[in-house]
Amino acid sequence: MIDESVVSGTLSEALKTGGELAEVFVEDRRSSSALLDDGKVEELTSGRTRGAGIRVVVGETTGFAHTSDLSEAGLAKAARAAAAAARGGGGGHQIVALSRVDAPAPNEVEVLPETVAKATKVDLLGRADEAARGAGSAITQVSARYVDGRRRILVANSDGLLAGDDQVRTRFAVSCVAVGDTGMQTGFESVGRPIGFELFDEYEVDALARTAANRALTKLAAQPAPSGSMPVVIGPGGGGVLFHEACGHGLEADLVAKQASVFRNRVGEQVAHPEVTLIDDGTMAREWGAYAIDDEGRPAQRNVLIENGVLTDYMWDLLRARKEGRESSGNGRRQSYQHLPMVRMTNTYLANGTEDPADIIAATDRGVYVAHLGGGQVNTATGDFVFGMSEAYLIENGKIGAPIREGNLIGNGPEVLDGIEALGNDFAMGSPGTCGKDGQGVPVGDGTPTLRVASMTIGGTAA
Amino acid sequence: MNPEELLEIAERIVGWGRDGEQVEAVVGHSQETEVRVYEGEIESLSVAESQGVGIRVIAGGRQGFAHAGTLDPDVLEETLAEARDNAVFGSPDEFFGLAEPDGVDPPELDLYHEALLKVSTEAKIDMALELERAVRAGDPRIVGVESADYGDAVGADAIATTTGIRSTGRDTSCYLTAYSLASEGEETQTGFGFSVGREPSALNVGEAATDAVERATRMLGATQPPTERVTVVLDPFVSAQFLGIIGGTLSGEAVLKGRSLFADRLGDQVAAAGVTLVDDPTNPEAFTASDADGEGLATRRNLLIGGGQLERFLHNSYTGRRSGAASTGSAVRGYASTPGVGCQALSLVPGDRSPDELIAGIDNGVLVQGVSGLHSGVNPVSGDFSTGAEGLRIRNGELAEPVREITIASTLQRMLLDVAAVGSDLTWLPMSSAGVTLVVAEVTMSGA
Repeated sequence: MIDESVVSGTLSEALKTGGELAEVFVEDRRSSSALLDDGKVEELTSGRTRGAGIRVVVGETTGFAHTSDLSEAGLAKAARAAAAAARGGGGGHQIVALSRVDAPAPNEVEVLPETVAKATKVDLLGRADEAARGAGSAITQVSARYVDGRRRILVANSDGLLAGDDQVRTRFAVSCVAVGDTGMQTGFESVGRPIGFELFDEYEVDALARTAANRALTKLAAQPAPSGSMPVVIGPGGGGVLFHEACGHGLEADLVAKQASVFRNRVGEQVAHPEVTLIDDGTMAREWGAYAIDDEGRPAQRNVLIENGVLTDYMWDLLRARKEGRESSGNGRRQSYQHLPMVRMTNTYLANGTEDPADIIAATDRGVYVAHLGGGQVNTATGDFVFGMSEAYLIENGKIGAPIREGNLIGNGPEVLDGIEALGNDFAMGSPGTCGKDGQGVPVGDGTPTLRVASMTIGGTAA
Repeated sequence: MNPEELLEIAERIVGWGRDGEQVEAVVGHSQETEVRVYEGEIESLSVAESQGVGIRVIAGGRQGFAHAGTLDPDVLEETLAEARDNAVFGSPDEFFGLAEPDGVDPPELDLYHEALLKVSTEAKIDMALELERAVRAGDPRIVGVESADYGDAVGADAIATTTGIRSTGRDTSCYLTAYSLASEGEETQTGFGFSVGREPSALNVGEAATDAVERATRMLGATQPPTERVTVVLDPFVSAQFLGIIGGTLSGEAVLKGRSLFADRLGDQVAAAGVTLVDDPTNPEAFTASDADGEGLATRRNLLIGGGQLERFLHNSYTGRRSGAASTGSAVRGYASTPGVGCQALSLVPGDRSPDELIAGIDNGVLVQGVSGLHSGVNPVSGDFSTGAEGLRIRNGELAEPVREITIASTLQRMLLDVAAVGSDLTWLPMSSAGVTLVVAEVTMSGA
């Protein structure tokens, strides 16, 4: 992507005014997407960005500059700008010797999307549209989106690190509108993996489209969501986002260090039901949040955060880890070369339990079954969270009953961990997600088995 | 780079257009500074310059698009070729077409303040440090400031098309923001405060600090109340978020594609008589004011709901043409996307009673000061919404104890009809809608 001697020279330039650590992050990203809406292929879009972000660290201060000019002069200018922000130490001329260490990719990529004809990508959209509309005459609108991206990165720092990664991701999503006597309802389904066009050997877009359509159709018959506190059963793969938001963020070392986490000072303590094990795993083959190296050049890792209910460790990036005199856990990520890295999750999941999911539902007298949670938000300092339920049903007398309309689920992370009373043996990963911490979007995955939480607050309109 | 240089690049691209082809080039450039301080030290100082181009080609009734995050000459040609190639694979649509000059003059707005460029980095750092100190000193229960930031941006853009559009713009903006932590006993609560302006002298450190302190401390001791139907008062920061969502349902694109709950309701009474909703990016008070939209047409004042009656949907060139109407100057986009349709500076026309007067008339209610998960809890197609909320109970006309872990739920349709009063405290916020105290009758508040 860029000559090694240029990278090394840029690092020397960055250290001239006394930086303790300098880093160059180079990124070249290409993307293509195609959108069908309202029965028409509205547009194909191609995108290209490339550039470098340079940071210089002195003490507690980080200077950062980025540029889309990857020439030696352009990089040197950015290096000086980053260094100016972090003035202080002795400085002088340092030669940085780099040694390249690449980490294994989590999985192979068979068919690079850029080698696939545009017409082939567009065909997928038409098939999805047809299948969704065929699911029922109440389906009045369909939109389908195909997106692929290839992100090549190179990271080097003044500790001598040099590493690269070639990250490919392919994603397909369908969203439908159904109209009935009760008004309009929507249904959504998506798949995405860090692989190429072979994604569609595995997933039929027709089936995906029918799932989205059926979600919208089901909701036409939905009743208003109940309101108040009650037991909640979450289906396999449908609720991982809850643990990402409500627990995962509180285990990020940057938030912990700033006292913005309810899990501060709790390593070694029992924070959840003894059957609960929470893992963040960036090495998980073919999962949306996987990569070979993080955006600081550190290989991805499998990190056990909560083991049998006991908090074992937080997640770390380079700077937080350096401060504590330990290694990064491979969780330093950034949206693009225009952003500073910070502690981020990868694929976060609650490990499998032992119970038969049917028994978990049968043992619930009255409550709500959530097949799919939508987006959510958490206050890491208090642990309070809110999630939309995009597909949910009432549970009455131990049976899944009528679908309910959209409503929010609110609760508190530590309380939910404590309140998990049953874990099924049917673990599944959920849909591909984007985590938006501090305004920076990065791809993440999540998963859970079926589980029951003793009590959460459902924010519906029914009494 | 100044707007004229950007326009020159856009015109050069448009000049490469072939016969029978429409070409639009949107070119942008920005320079940004961001300072974050923590415990009296600079945590990070970022300086950045970014630029990019988006090219749209319409040929044979089909549309293609490509964008790039650089203005290198070779990339410009490659991007045009890519957009042209993408157009081959789109579906033909007789309504595709670029904007054409419509004779509306852009408003004169004072969006570019050169004073910002003369402020030193040291002065910017000092403002962030001062903000952090002010938050810490604001209340003994403040135990930390998670972040205190100063940021600014100088932006310029230009649009040129083969249909004769030539538009340039530039603006400056800056902000201060702090996230605070308050603690009492075992309990921790968070708050934030901000101040925005077009140059640093317009920023108010004291106000941002006071808000950050109050938002964090006012929730200490909050409890979860039982489920109940109550009168809800939305404070300006909360009502602005709701307005933004309602504005989205009035986009001509949502209407044409069967995704707006107001699609067949033009002329109907869709809100209480006291509700008049306007999108007006020509209003200099709005932080999101702009003289041209994303297709280079002059912005204008659009009345959306007048006295509760639905008056108009917003349009860009495409949705206007397809609806048999004209663009309302409401194309919204960055250089990396094709134009959508959206509100740019939405506000309710304020009423004549202050928040205190409104609260004095409520026996049993809740003042909602914060919502969370609003976007995930709203279905803008069906109108159903449910959002996490916190605030203060209202009893016998007075503010009472804090409540948290509640949700409020209704439908957007119902809420607009249930608006009992609009306050007099119109507040412009750094988002595309303004806030005002809003009283909504009979809303389900779910708690324990």
